[in-house]
Amino acid sequence: MSISASSKNLLRFAALLLVIFVCLPWVLSLYIVGVLTIAFYFSVFTMSWDLLFGYSGEFNFGPTFLIGVGAYGAALLNVNTSLPLFACVLLGTLTAVLAGLLLVAPALRLRGPYFCLITLVSVLLLGEFITIFAQYTGGEIGMTLPGILSTSGMVNYYLALGLVCVSAGVFLTITESPIGLILQAGAQDPVAAESLGFSIVKYKILAFSMSAFFSGLSGALLVFYMGTASVSMVVSISVVLQIIIAAIIGGRRTILGPILGSLFIIITGQWLQYLGQLDYVAVSILALIILLFFPDGIAGIALRRR
Amino acid sequence: MALLEALGLSKRFGGIRAVRDVHFAVQEGEIVGLIGPNGSGKSTLLSLLTGVCKPNSGSIRFDGREIQNWPINKRIKHGIAIVFQHSRPLNRQTVLDNIKLALLPDRVFNIHYPKDIEVKALQAAKLLGLEDVVDSYPGSLPFGYLRRMEIAKALALEPRLLLLDEPFAGLTPSEVGELAGLILSAKNENQAIVLVDHNVKAVYSFVNRIIALYVGNKIADGQPHEVMADAEVRRVFLGKSMDEKAGSLSSPAGSSVNSNFLMDLNIQSIKYGKAEILRNVAIRIREGEFVSLVGLNGAGKSSLLKAITGLVNYVGDVKWRGLSTKQMTTAQIIRLGIAFAPETRELFRYMSVKENLELGGERLNRHERQSRLDDVYGLFPILKERPAQPAYTLSGGEQQMLTIARAMMQTPSLLILDEPTLGLAPVALDAISETLSTLHGKLGLTILLAEQNVHFALKHSDSIYLLDRGSIGWQGTVAGFVQEVGHKYLV
Repeated sequence: MSISASSKNLLRFAALLLVIFVCLPWVLSLYIVGVLTIAFYFSVFTMSWDLLFGYSGEFNFGPTFLIGVGAYGAALLNVNTSLPLFACVLLGTLTAVLAGLLLVAPALRLRGPYFCLITLVSVLLLGEFITIFAQYTGGEIGMTLPGILSTSGMVNYYLALGLVCVSAGVFLTITESPIGLILQAGAQDPVAAESLGFSIVKYKILAFSMSAFFSGLSGALLVFYMGTASVSMVVSISVVLQIIIAAIIGGRRTILGPILGSLFIIITGQWLQYLGQLDYVAVSILALIILLFFPDGIAGIALRRR
Repeated sequence: MALLEALGLSKRFGGIRAVRDVHFAVQEGEIVGLIGPNGSGKSTLLSLLTGVCKPNSGSIRFDGREIQNWPINKRIKHGIAIVFQHSRPLNRQTVLDNIKLALLPDRVFNIHYPKDIEVKALQAAKLLGLEDVVDSYPGSLPFGYLRRMEIAKALALEPRLLLLDEPFAGLTPSEVGELAGLILSAKNENQAIVLVDHNVKAVYSFVNRIIALYVGNKIADGQPHEVMADAEVRRVFLGKSMDEKAGSLSSPAGSSVNSNFLMDLNIQSIKYGKAEILRNVAIRIREGEFVSLVGLNGAGKSSLLKAITGLVNYVGDVKWRGLSTKQMTTAQIIRLGIAFAPETRELFRYMSVKENLELGGERLNRHERQSRLDDVYGLFPILKERPAQPAYTLSGGEQQMLTIARAMMQTPSLLILDEPTLGLAPVALDAISETLSTLHGKLGLTILLAEQNVHFALKHSDSIYLLDRGSIGWQGTVAGFVQEVGHKYLV
């Protein structure tokens, strides 16, 4: 089976990005390397969201439910048990997948806005839950963690870059395989896809599980990079909006675009920090301008069909 | 043993019994046409066979197994394939990729494409004459090719039974012939086909057997010529309009045409981007007059109506009782007393009949609205029977009735109708025709009708405007039309 022209473009684009990211820390200050590290974790959130929305057509209004469960699951294990760090991360990730499958996946069987609503409600519930059990979770203030990934900025950078590579690799494998085609067909017209003999729900559950796995994993790793876990970092609705904006301005249905969108959101957010509260406004206006002139997002420009 | 058997199938939607105790069988290799006018239950029957909905009672046997409760994809895996009338192909993938989709096994951990998929997909494309467009994107292809692509996908599944929903709808007569030929040569002799259509002519020579449906009941089942000779089938399908055609071409009696101009329209140009689709059209409508705009699809009829109702921009002017409406919004124009029943109907799908009507009369006070509602129910008794039914569950003809009824709730001085007969079977068409006679003849309402069906338009009109590629090709009375240009349009 030959690789189609658009897949070739995608691979070339991915290789180019990778080379740039591997070289970057040698020319940048440690502060910017730190910002990029956060942006990498954030891009995994965004790619996971794009797999669900761009390919299986499900609008996930609560990606931070999966991220938050992964992050807090790992953090609580780290504080309350003597398990090694990687076990905390792994268990936190699995908790995110499990919680997602139990609470959210049933809505994948329904047509209509149910999935979107349930994901939104699940985030709000998680936020309440963390506040109510403040004696364990630190409530609004958050929790400080004994465990830390690494004290070296460079190690942290390459670790995060590694995670981006693995998740982008897995997502692209899925989207460029028959599964991606079937997912898109199901998103386009579920009845037509069923009438080609596909049980679409199975594919949606697979996509959802992959999305949950990488969201949870990235959430868990992020808290051990930061050394803290807080609602404003991994649960709140403003994080949800940032993820959605990043995915869309990056270029939905491209997986790689969301990486660029995440870098854009995080870096401009830092760059405009001196504006204080106004930085949100500035980032939003920039994002709107990109959307107006490039509705296919940043990656849409790079991957335009020739 | 029959390949497919329907035993006592019934389906209700709310209070409507869409399919009533229908029995039939399909043998291997047979081509069966399910025909019926709009609202006859043929689409519902097809949905029961495909699994889009489940029957209230009765069973479906396929190859000896009861399948009526199976989900769609299980039916497909056991050898049924479906082609829907309206398809939405994957527009970012090529035609070949769209066909490959049909050839994929239903396994979740499916990372690699099967090795022979390319060859098989090409074969499937060739069978339907698509070999030259396999690398094109669906968005760039004409409609006829997309229909063929959907059929190629279905046949690639190598089904034992192929279900086709109005496969010939929207195609020109030559395309119909070509597609019928392709399907017949692509199918093998054991494959059975069941197709649904409301156009008897299109399927007559294609099928081995016809099953005719009317208001949910099977009224005939047999060889095409037997079914077509059946008295009840003739009454239902051919309608009385066919027999009375000759006598109906005179101007309707009792229409009272006043000499005051209600609307004086003078449009120099309507453009969509660079394309100018209407040039120098002048139309005057007198109080009490029935004016028809006739012309082929794409002649500019709908755009003209949209200009009148302020939905598109134009160069020129439209005067209503001497007052220019050029600067008015659509809402203001409607409030002048112009009611518009658009081609696409634009009903509030999930609202009931009564709610749709009440919205039409929203500007009236409560008492006026109630009495208006009673009047409109008097005009449309079929709507009075089902006030609580959601609009989308009505048949095509009933939806058209509701569209007109909703417009009538606005107590209009001018009623504008865009293609009210579109997609309707003769029986439903007769009902609309009677309604228009009442509205114009008895109530003296001024009506502007845009219509492709020239016979239908002539039957009602006082004057006719023929639109030809954006300008007026002919105008005058019905009698003049029949004499001067009738030979071109009244075949």
